[in-house]
Amino acid sequence: MRVVLRNPRREVEVAGPLTVEALLRRLDLNPESVLVIAGDTLVPRDARLEDTDEVEIRPVISGGSGG
Amino acid sequence: MKCRRCRAAAVIDLPRHNAAFCTECFRRHCREQVRRALDEHRMVREGERVLVAVSGGKDSLACWDLLRALGIPADGMVIGLGIGDYSRDSTRYARDFAEARGWPLQVVDVRERFGFDVPTAAAATRRAPCGACGLTKRHLFNQVAIEGGYDVLATGHNLDDEAAVLLGNVLHWEEEYLARQRPTLPGRDGFVRKVKPLVRLSERETAAYCVVSGIDYQVEECPMAAGNRHLAYKEALNAVEARSPGTKAAFVAGFWSRAHRRFAEARPEPTLGACTGCGAPTPGTVCAFCRLQARAAG
Ligand code: SF4
Ligand SMILES: [Zn+2]
Ligand SMILES: [Zn+2]
Repeated sequence: MRVVLRNPRREVEVAGPLTVEALLRRLDLNPESVLVIAGDTLVPRDARLEDTDEVEIRPVISGGSGG
Repeated sequence: MKCRRCRAAAVIDLPRHNAAFCTECFRRHCREQVRRALDEHRMVREGERVLVAVSGGKDSLACWDLLRALGIPADGMVIGLGIGDYSRDSTRYARDFAEARGWPLQVVDVRERFGFDVPTAAAATRRAPCGACGLTKRHLFNQVAIEGGYDVLATGHNLDDEAAVLLGNVLHWEEEYLARQRPTLPGRDGFVRKVKPLVRLSERETAAYCVVSGIDYQVEECPMAAGNRHLAYKEALNAVEARSPGTKAAFVAGFWSRAHRRFAEARPEPTLGACTGCGAPTPGTVCAFCRLQARAAG
């Protein structure tokens, strides 16, 4: 499956099927710091991703300390 | 995973609440958390006028949307900070959001109003841009809120922001900052009340709220944020949170219920006079913002 990561934007190929949890572990990403969007639907950590899915991993940590 | 409330397919799991929710129940969860924050910290009273400090990012747009969903007819204000494409795009997200809903949004450009922008201010002061940026935003949001007759300024600070600021303040024992860190800062002469309605929602929740609500927001990171300490604190806290869900919320809530008062009592607020430059309240004769403006606008 094609996985799009942001900030900076890049793409990786990951073989499916696998769960969201397994995908994040494989990419060494903290589930608390990202959202996973398959197609255009938000998916929880036990969702199964198929090889044909288009997946976006969107970081949620933002901002400076300027308030 | 199934939704805790209605057993439909879940779209998000929240380990901290030991729960998963479908789209509609998740949005309801967010409204409930904001309602609780508003009530617990007496943020907005019946009939008060609220201005939301909008940036075009997920938090401020979610904040505005949630306040309106709870029946508070808040207006928005966005500041053009002059940080290249990033600022232009951010303002556009805010504008599109407001226009689509027909909600009033005031757009204020820092350069037009004060003759400098964030990059030039950072260069002039040779300090981290976030310092000059934060000072400018606080000054301008407050000023416009007062001019517009608003009672309350709401910002999009979320649980992660509060936890990261708290960690930074504790690591360096910033007693003065600890005394001032709270979800509702009461208004006083020259200052509107400042409130943080999203303090019970994590960053992951505010981002998810935008995604499931169809709110388009600025996903790109501010180019000036890279490598700052605040981000490092958030990452450190999330590493702990992943192993021990609920840590961030306990850290912040425990500070407010058990520790904040000791710092506040030890550091009474200074008496303030009016800045000779702009009239804003300040402990000195010229406020920090006017000093910044003098250096940055040259
Ligand atoms: S990251 Fe820093 S410079 Fe960028 S908008 Fe936020 S406070 Fe301002
Ligand atoms: Zn549900
Ligand atoms: Zn001043």
